Amino acid sequence: MIGHIGAFMANTFWLENSWMVEKVAIATWETLYMVVISTALSYVFGLPLGVILVTTADGHVLESRGLNRVLGVIINAARSIPFIIFLILVIPFTRLVVGTSIGTVASMVPLTLAAIPFVARLVETSLKEIEWGLIEAALSMGANAWQVVSKVLIPEALPSIILGVAITTINLVGYSAMAGIVGGGGLGTLAYYYGYQRYENLIMWVTVIVLIIFVQIIQTLGDKMVANTINKRR
Amino acid sequence: MIEINDLTKIYHTAHQDIVALDKVSLSIKRGEIFGIIGLSGAGKSTLIRCINMLEKPSQGSIIVDGQDITALNKNQLYLARQKIGMIFQQFNLLSSRNIFDNIMFPLEIARMPAKQARNRVNELLEMVGLVDKARVYPDQLSGGQKQRVGIARALANDPKLLLSDEATSALDPQTTRSILKLLKDINSQLNLTILLITHDMNVIKQVCDRVAVINDSHIEEVGDVLSIFTNPGTPTSQSFINNIINKGDPGEYAHNVINKHEDKHHCLIRVSFIGSSAGEPVISSMIKKFDVDANILYGNIDRVKEVPFGNLILELIGTEASVTQSMAYLMTNGLEIEVLK
Repeated sequence: MIGHIGAFMANTFWLENSWMVEKVAIATWETLYMVVISTALSYVFGLPLGVILVTTADGHVLESRGLNRVLGVIINAARSIPFIIFLILVIPFTRLVVGTSIGTVASMVPLTLAAIPFVARLVETSLKEIEWGLIEAALSMGANAWQVVSKVLIPEALPSIILGVAITTINLVGYSAMAGIVGGGGLGTLAYYYGYQRYENLIMWVTVIVLIIFVQIIQTLGDKMVANTINKRR
Repeated sequence: MIEINDLTKIYHTAHQDIVALDKVSLSIKRGEIFGIIGLSGAGKSTLIRCINMLEKPSQGSIIVDGQDITALNKNQLYLARQKIGMIFQQFNLLSSRNIFDNIMFPLEIARMPAKQARNRVNELLEMVGLVDKARVYPDQLSGGQKQRVGIARALANDPKLLLSDEATSALDPQTTRSILKLLKDINSQLNLTILLITHDMNVIKQVCDRVAVINDSHIEEVGDVLSIFTNPGTPTSQSFINNIINKGDPGEYAHNVINKHEDKHHCLIRVSFIGSSAGEPVISSMIKKFDVDANILYGNIDRVKEVPFGNLILELIGTEASVTQSMAYLMTNGLEIEVLK
């Protein structure tokens, strides 16, 4: 009897809230899509920038004090703007690129732009961990700058770079929620419209739980990949 | 093979200029193993790095195999470096590559066709005795094995010159011997010129033909190893040699001697010998000939490149005339004598 009531109640809950499940599913997919593509794009630009930051430093393989300084200043400037302001600042550019400033695709523009300088610094940190002796060894064999980067710096720093990707992705999950508030789509928009503006507490909590699961999965994946690379080497 | 002329290296820092090398000139012959010994900070590390331009000299020229290495453009330098192998104290193997691919690395840099390169790697693995470790990663090897990989890698592009930057300083004495033996074998098999830097006189003693002593940015002394060992010309050389050869402290023995033989004349001497005289029974014939007693208080015999040399601290006891005659006899037999007391 009690079982019947339980089943009935669960059933009613399901019927009453199925719209929500659908909304959450769509929003989750949007967030995933936005974050993954923004992360990938930010590495397309951020990785070379990080490499340039490291290799143009004094005494390195592409030493160039001017370029190094200028790049450093630009990256610091970009990183000092709070994301929520950055989001609004780049609207004209977003319109130019995507044609609109609203929606999932439009959100990827500020997300990617904001992540590029962050990625550049993360990559820089990873590459700086490589012992100079390894670079010296490659140079002693007659390696040029490109060979040092592609055969020493990046392969040797790979575990650290992978962890950087996980950190970036997680950061972008957070940023994407902020973008959601200005109509960026995904879980952020859902939480804001339903949770904040319509007092649907349930949907807010569901969003939060989905985000927690998201972050856990990304970090675990990152750690696993690093462990696999490192175990292979031991 | 290498002609270094007036090589000067100055590091400019914010507060001062540091002279790491001050007008260093050296000439290294083809096929020899040449050692540069010095304390840390003496400039030896900078010197070896100037030879493949890892450090850019401030002044002077370095001719390697007829080519002024300081006058090359970038691309010429890349090619020149492929013919100068280098091994390091910390091995500097890539942890992202297994042993096979580590040795493959310089061949990739030189753009050797893959099939030819794989054959070459197999030859090198055999040469250094690590065929069974081809698929293993550097983290799984011992220090000696890592240095063998380093050597194989340095030899991959058939260099004419091998630079060794403290290659055995991180290894235990036994492993050091086996690595030095490998270097010596390579030197004689391939007629490869080896320039090594070290702070350990044992390394010089075991493999080098000639040695330069560097101190405070200068070359203080250059010579063949045996003559520096037996007749060091500067306090720096002397102290390096003292580190590995115990000459005995005369003070310890003098104490025992005094007043023990009041009726007889006695004398404490140090006898140094090199080469053939070490093999002859000079001391025993002296005892028979001059009616003196010889009390051996301390003795040490060593070898440099198969030439024995060493020193004894002797107490000679006899009449004044016989002691004097004995010392003269030792000298005429090619021994060096120093009267201690």
